[in-house]
Amino acid sequence: MSANEKAIEAVIGLEVHCQLSTDSKIFATSSTAAGEVPNSLTDPVTLGLPGCLPVLNKKVVEYAIKLGLATHCSIQRESIFARKHYLYPDLPKGYQISQYEKPICLGGNITVRLKEGIKNIGITRIHLEEDAGKSSHVDGEAVSVVDLNRAGVPLVEIVSEPDMRTSEEAGAYMRLLRQTVRYLDISDGNMEEGSLRCDANVSVRYEGSEKFGTKVEVKNINSFRFVEKAIDYEIERQSAMLRNGEEIIQETRLWDEAKGKTRSMRSKEFAEDYRYFPDPDLLPLIVDNDWIDSVKNTLPELPDQVYQRFKSMYGLDDYNADVLTQESLVARYYDQAVSVHGNAGALANWIGTELFGRLNKEGMTIENCPVSPENLADLVHLIGQNVISGKIAKKVFDEMFSSGARPAAIIEQQGLQQITDESAIMAIVQQVLDANPQQLEAYRSGKDKMFGFFVGQIMKLSEGKANPQIVNTLLKQKLDE
Amino acid sequence: MNELTSLSVAEMRSGLLSKQFSCVELVDAHLSRIEATNEVLNSFITISSELARSAAQNADSVIAQSGEESPPLTGIPVAVKDMLVTEGIETTCASQILKGFIPPYQCTAVSRMCKRGAVIVGKTNLDEFAMGASNENSSFGPVRNPWDTKRVPGGSSGGSAAAVSAGQAPLALGTDTGGSIRQPASLTGIVGLKPTYGRVSRFGAVAFASSLDQIGPFARSVEDLAVLLQAIAGKDERDSTSVDEPVPNYSEAIAKGENEALSKLRVGVPKEYFIDGMDPAVEDSVRKSLGVLEKLGATLVDVSLPHTELAIPTYYILNPAEASSNLARYDGVRYGLREPADSLQEMYARTRAKGFGPEVKRRIMIGTYVLSAGYYDAYYLKAQQIRTLIINDFKAAFANDCDVIAAPVSPSTAFAIGEKADSPLQMYLADVFTCPINLAGLPGMSVPCGSDADGLPIGLQFIGKPFDESTLLRCGHAFFKQSSFDIRSMARKQATEFAI
Repeated sequence: MSANEKAIEAVIGLEVHCQLSTDSKIFATSSTAAGEVPNSLTDPVTLGLPGCLPVLNKKVVEYAIKLGLATHCSIQRESIFARKHYLYPDLPKGYQISQYEKPICLGGNITVRLKEGIKNIGITRIHLEEDAGKSSHVDGEAVSVVDLNRAGVPLVEIVSEPDMRTSEEAGAYMRLLRQTVRYLDISDGNMEEGSLRCDANVSVRYEGSEKFGTKVEVKNINSFRFVEKAIDYEIERQSAMLRNGEEIIQETRLWDEAKGKTRSMRSKEFAEDYRYFPDPDLLPLIVDNDWIDSVKNTLPELPDQVYQRFKSMYGLDDYNADVLTQESLVARYYDQAVSVHGNAGALANWIGTELFGRLNKEGMTIENCPVSPENLADLVHLIGQNVISGKIAKKVFDEMFSSGARPAAIIEQQGLQQITDESAIMAIVQQVLDANPQQLEAYRSGKDKMFGFFVGQIMKLSEGKANPQIVNTLLKQKLDE
Repeated sequence: MNELTSLSVAEMRSGLLSKQFSCVELVDAHLSRIEATNEVLNSFITISSELARSAAQNADSVIAQSGEESPPLTGIPVAVKDMLVTEGIETTCASQILKGFIPPYQCTAVSRMCKRGAVIVGKTNLDEFAMGASNENSSFGPVRNPWDTKRVPGGSSGGSAAAVSAGQAPLALGTDTGGSIRQPASLTGIVGLKPTYGRVSRFGAVAFASSLDQIGPFARSVEDLAVLLQAIAGKDERDSTSVDEPVPNYSEAIAKGENEALSKLRVGVPKEYFIDGMDPAVEDSVRKSLGVLEKLGATLVDVSLPHTELAIPTYYILNPAEASSNLARYDGVRYGLREPADSLQEMYARTRAKGFGPEVKRRIMIGTYVLSAGYYDAYYLKAQQIRTLIINDFKAAFANDCDVIAAPVSPSTAFAIGEKADSPLQMYLADVFTCPINLAGLPGMSVPCGSDADGLPIGLQFIGKPFDESTLLRCGHAFFKQSSFDIRSMARKQATEFAI
């Protein structure tokens, strides 16, 4: 087999930065809110004014422990904050406080679900650090402006093992991380707004090779859609170089979304020396067993646990279980709805199609959904009880969505209750047959499909309220007379 | 009014309470003294007359209202080293890079002392960013020693020491990273104390070498010193390295020194602190003082601190390492000096080239070097390991042999301005007996114990166990009470007698 035909595999590791949604900053008292007037959420510590000292926000540690436990890491009893030095206008102190040699979490893993099955992806470490401010370059002017509102916002950096082989795996890993931080309620996980950021380390090698290829770091991947695109581009670029016998150099590349390409930012020779050393302003962070246990007690059910439970408890298929567990709030909604009257399967379908469809259309989320889980449960129950048909139910649902009213009240008020009285239905059947003698003739002469026509006419006449089964039975009975 | 500026704090307090003079009069007397002497001594960078007068008026109404119940420092003038940020008062660290910086927040030690009534009279001169032992490294010019104006007052808190010595203020705050309170106290013949690391909050002390810096008081008596220490000591939520250790009542320590002298106290004498090349007058004076301690009831014990000779090289790795990091923030972006340029890198370079003096640049370069990849293990890490050995030396001595250690403060008395200015290494050796105490995080105090042939003051150093400032105060008080050293002589001197 020639080199050109040998299969190439990629080796991918991700470094993910995630902003933690604490109220105040990691080492200072100012707020972490987004979208405020530039430099309004600062204080002497955040601004790096002389003589100011960092004081660790305990909530940040709690969040990191949560994430560590959820990703099966071992929580370190002692971790150390270090100073990472570089000069940039959006870094007020001239160094970033970050954990370096001794991070708070080590050695975990998460399990992603892929088309071909599940895969375990190792997590090397999770460490705490502070975010920098934001520099913007003013178009057409030789000035940059700095907003320090983001400076000091707490971050965790989650470093994976080089366990991923395809962009699909990397995408699944990112989505699971996002899902996990959202379940834990420690971050909004919003990639577009920068609360979740991903740098990808990508290398390629011939399949079967033990040695890793030279890795390239791809930065500036700031949307879920780009994770896979950027990695695919890089794999393709490096694979071509490997096949052509070109040397791949260790460098940092930027993903340029507009061009759909990565481009070189800096090579290893120009790598900065960050001169890390332990920050003398902060004591070693000590996390004792009591602290870990108390956090453990507050851990919610995690995405995979809910997924498995929905399958076993409610008999959902993979698809529905997946859809209903993407967001913890949806899962909770579903749990609440099912708890009212059961109907697990029907509710799963209703939420997955009608509810999501309507929420998407309105640009809303489950959080501000006007239909309460109890009301949706009632609606599905009323269908099962033949009080309304599925078709009428959609009309009722629309009304519930706009008014938030209970389904029974809507049905009552608008007289939408299903007609199940056989004599009443028979009267309508008779009326339709009488009004359509030609069609009746046609049916009788063998045109079976006229049956559908009659059903349609009957439903129309009953304003959709006639029970379809009873209509079928009575119509057939009448026609066969 | 000249007598007011040589009083002790206790005398000022009783004069204020008995209405012999008002806070305004007391503060005015000091402001006049500063005005009359500062041109020669150059001990103040900023004189905050207006704020001081309004604080004094306020203090007078507090005394009128509360009398004896008023806080212990009510109306007492205090000079503050310009290394401590003061809300609304320009804070320079004697550097051009911070010129014009008016902090919108207050140093914790300063705010605690002000809460107890102290009146800030001004910000005192220092070696730029506290880097130096002579106060010659100030971009505002050298401070002159009141005892001999051709000589340095020591450093880096030279301005605070000279101010207290010369009666510009009865009390002052300084910072001590490697001896910057004790050495100038010794060279200007006053009392100065570096508290245990963590005893006083560092919030608002502009960071130089964070693991070594401590704020501490200067005074013309140990009792006075105790009052200021009492005001500033204690845990502060804004400094994670400040320690939640109960603050004892320091006047009890003074009373113990008064009543029991040093009976039952074992005083360690480390042989490594008497070295070749130290001024014989200093050695002689310190040895005589040891005899006095014995007479006061102490038992002298020979102790060994075997890693002492490694302290200077260790200190001069760790100190610049931390300094290079702490000074990274002075980049011209947010406050202080900015030298405009076409590119960002050029702006950084020009601003820092212009804003920092030569000693600061030297430490930034040494510090950057010892922290760089490839050198970190050989320098920074090794120095940290030796620091542990130095800590253990003291631990062993205190565990087995003694309750307190007595030693010299400075290997020489005040040297001439310019004498060591061209030799950084000579200057670094001035810290030989003081920097080990910072490395170990222990409290140390300098108390005048004599003079050399030229009449220049010599200090005796007491070194204590962690958080045992009380024993230092007790020793200092008992020792100084029997001394014939006239600690107020410079404060009594006519302003016109200070001349260059």
